Amino acid sequence: MIYLLKNRILKGIVTKHIVASPAKEIESVGRELKSLIQKRFSRSLHIREVDTGSCGACESEIISANNPIYDLQRFGVNFVASPRHADALLVTGPVSRNMLLALKKTYQAMPEPKFVITCGDCALDGGLFKGSYYVHGAVKNILPVALHIPGCPPSPLDIIQALLKFLHGNEFVC
Amino acid sequence: MDCPEVISSIKKSLPDFSALAVSQHYPDEIFIKVSPEAFKDTSMVLHKILPSPVMMLFAVDERKLTGVFTLNAVFVNLKQRQWIILNMDIPQENPYFDSLAKSIHSAAIFEREIQEMFGIQPKGNPDLRRMNLHDEVWPQGNFPLRNDFKGMVNGNLSEYKFNRVEGGGIFEVPVGPVHAGIIGPGHFRFSVAGEPIVNLELRLGFAHRGVEKLFEGKTCFDALRLSECICGDSAFAYSVAFATAAEKISGISIPQKAAYLRGIYLELERMYNHVSDIGGIALDVGFSFPAAYASVIKETILQLNEKLTASRYLKNVNVIGGVSGDIDDAKKLILFDALKKIKKDFNALVKMLNSSVSFMDRVDTTGVLIKKTAQDLGVVGLVARASGIPTDLRKYFPGVYSQAKFKMMTQEAGDVLSRLELRFSEFVESCRLIEEFTIKLSGSRDMQVNSVLKQESALGYVEGARGPVLCWLKTDAHGVIARCKLVDPSSHNWQGLSYAVLGNIIPDFPVCNKSFNLSYSGNDL
Repeated sequence: MIYLLKNRILKGIVTKHIVASPAKEIESVGRELKSLIQKRFSRSLHIREVDTGSCGACESEIISANNPIYDLQRFGVNFVASPRHADALLVTGPVSRNMLLALKKTYQAMPEPKFVITCGDCALDGGLFKGSYYVHGAVKNILPVALHIPGCPPSPLDIIQALLKFLHGNEFVC
Repeated sequence: MDCPEVISSIKKSLPDFSALAVSQHYPDEIFIKVSPEAFKDTSMVLHKILPSPVMMLFAVDERKLTGVFTLNAVFVNLKQRQWIILNMDIPQENPYFDSLAKSIHSAAIFEREIQEMFGIQPKGNPDLRRMNLHDEVWPQGNFPLRNDFKGMVNGNLSEYKFNRVEGGGIFEVPVGPVHAGIIGPGHFRFSVAGEPIVNLELRLGFAHRGVEKLFEGKTCFDALRLSECICGDSAFAYSVAFATAAEKISGISIPQKAAYLRGIYLELERMYNHVSDIGGIALDVGFSFPAAYASVIKETILQLNEKLTASRYLKNVNVIGGVSGDIDDAKKLILFDALKKIKKDFNALVKMLNSSVSFMDRVDTTGVLIKKTAQDLGVVGLVARASGIPTDLRKYFPGVYSQAKFKMMTQEAGDVLSRLELRFSEFVESCRLIEEFTIKLSGSRDMQVNSVLKQESALGYVEGARGPVLCWLKTDAHGVIARCKLVDPSSHNWQGLSYAVLGNIIPDFPVCNKSFNLSYSGNDL
C-alpha cells in the first residue's frame, strides 16, 4: 500500500494539456445537429463503442485516449457498457455481414436523442476491405453518421480533438 | 534433416509409405506429396514423431491449371528447424477428404474452414458448423475462396446450433457480440451450474472480412499494406510473415541491418502488447492504479514507435526486401533514453503487482490450462509456454536472435499468474534484445534489396506477441498472388481458453480471457 502511494506521488500528474486547434473545421456536422449537441450534450457525452470488424488498432487508440496521459474523461466524455446509457455510438470497422444486425440492434437500443460517430478509414468506406464479399463498407449507408474521425488508426489526440470540436464548436479552448 | 531422412523416419512408423513427390525448394521447407489414401496416416505419423500440432491445414483451388483442389497440412519440426508441408490432390467432382479432426484436435477448426470456404467435405468430422460465414446471413452453397466465385447467390438461410448443456440447475449466460468493454466482437455462451462454469461455447467470425480473398489478384507490394491491417496490434508481425514469404519466393535474403531492424520493431510490438495485457489483467480484477500505470508505459512505447518510424503501430515500415526506415545515431539515443525510462517504470509496475496479496490471490490458480490439455489442443505461442510447452520460433528459427543469445522463457502451472509472469520475463528479455540489436546496428547502409517475383509458393513465419504468425503464399507467373493463407496464433488458442475457464466463476472470465489475450480480427480474418 505504501509502495503504491509512494509511486502515485512520485509519478505526479502525467496528463497532457490539450487544446482543440481551431484550424480544422469539421464539416460533417449539420448546423441543426450542432446546436442540439451543444445544448444537450455540451457538458457530458456518453459513448458506446461497437467494433464491426476492425483490426483492433482503432480500439487500441480509443482505449489510449482514456489513459492518464490523454484522459478523455476530464472533458466529460465517458465510455459506457450499455447502449441504454449512451448518447452516441462510436463505430469502427468496415461492417462485416455478421455484425450488421448487432450494429442495428445496438443503435435501436439507444435512447433519443442519439447520433453516430465513425472512427477510422474502414468505417468511412470500407477502407482496404472495400469490395470484399463479406463487408458492407460505409457505415453511413446503414446509420445516419454525424461525425467521422479519419485515420488508420486515428491517434488518441485526433480522436479527442474531433470529439471536443464536435461537442463545443470551434470556440472551445481548454 | 534432408528429404530422405524425413521419409525414412516416416517409414519407421508406416512401413508401406511411399510419397508421390518429395522436394525441398528452401532449406527450411520440405514438401511431400502423397496419395489421398495415405494423407491421413502420414499426417498422424508426422503429428506423433515430430511432435507437432497441425500448424496449418488449407485447400488451394487449382482447378484452372490442373483440374483439382489441393490440400496442404503444415507441420513444424522444431528440433530440425524445418517445416513439413504434406500435400494431396482432391478431384473437383464431389470433393472430399478423410477428416483428421478425431485424431488430431488442432485440425478441427481448419477442416470446418475448408468446408465453408471451398465446399470440400472433411469426411468423418463430427462438427461441421460454419465458423466465419454465419448461417444467418450467408446462404448455403456459396464458397467464396473458390476461384469461380463471382458473388453471393441468394439461397436458404439457417440458424447456428449451439451445443447445450442440459439438466437441473443449469443456466445459460449469453454474452456478446457487442461487449461491455472496448474490444472486438465475439459471442460467448456460458453454461453454469451454480457459480462454476461447466461449459463455454465460443462463436467467433463476427470480424470476418474476407481477407484471404482480398489478397488474391494483388501484387505482393500492394498486399503488404493489406497484411498490416489484418490484426492491428500485430501489424508488424503480420507484415514480416508476409514479407518473408514473398522474399523466399523471389529468392532474396534481406541485408543484415534490415534483419536487426525487424528484430527491434518486433520486440517493440511485443513490449507494448505485453504491458497492455499486464494492465488489462490488473484492471479485470479491479486493481486500477497499476492498470493506469501500465497504460502509461504502453503509451510511452507507442510514442517511441512514432518517433522511430512515424507510425504508432509500426505500419508502413516493412517493405519486401528489407525495411524502409533507418535508426540513425540520433534515433538510437532516443531509443536508449526511452528504454531506460520504460524499464524503470516497468520494474515499479511489477513490484506493485507482486506486493499485493489480494491481487495475487485472484490470479494464482485461476484459469488453469494444464500441459496435457494444451498439447492435445495444439495450443501455441505464449499460452503454450505458460503451460510448460517449450515452443518459440525465436529460439528454433533464430535468425538474428542467435547473435543476441535469446533465452526462451517458460512457466509450468498454466494459470493466469503463469501467463502474467511469463509476460514480465518476456518484457524484460525484449528490452535486452532491443539493446543488443541496436548496438549491432552498424555497417552496411543498405536496408533493402529489389526483388523480382516469380511463380512459386513459400511459407513465411514469425513469432509475434501472441505466438507464431504464419503466412503461406502462392504467386502466379506474373508475381500476382494466387492464394494467401494466414494463420494467427489465436486460431489455435481460442479452444484452450474454453478449457481453461472450466470450473472458474463467470466474474473470473474477463481476467482469464485477458491473460490469453486472443485476437478476434486475426482469428476471423
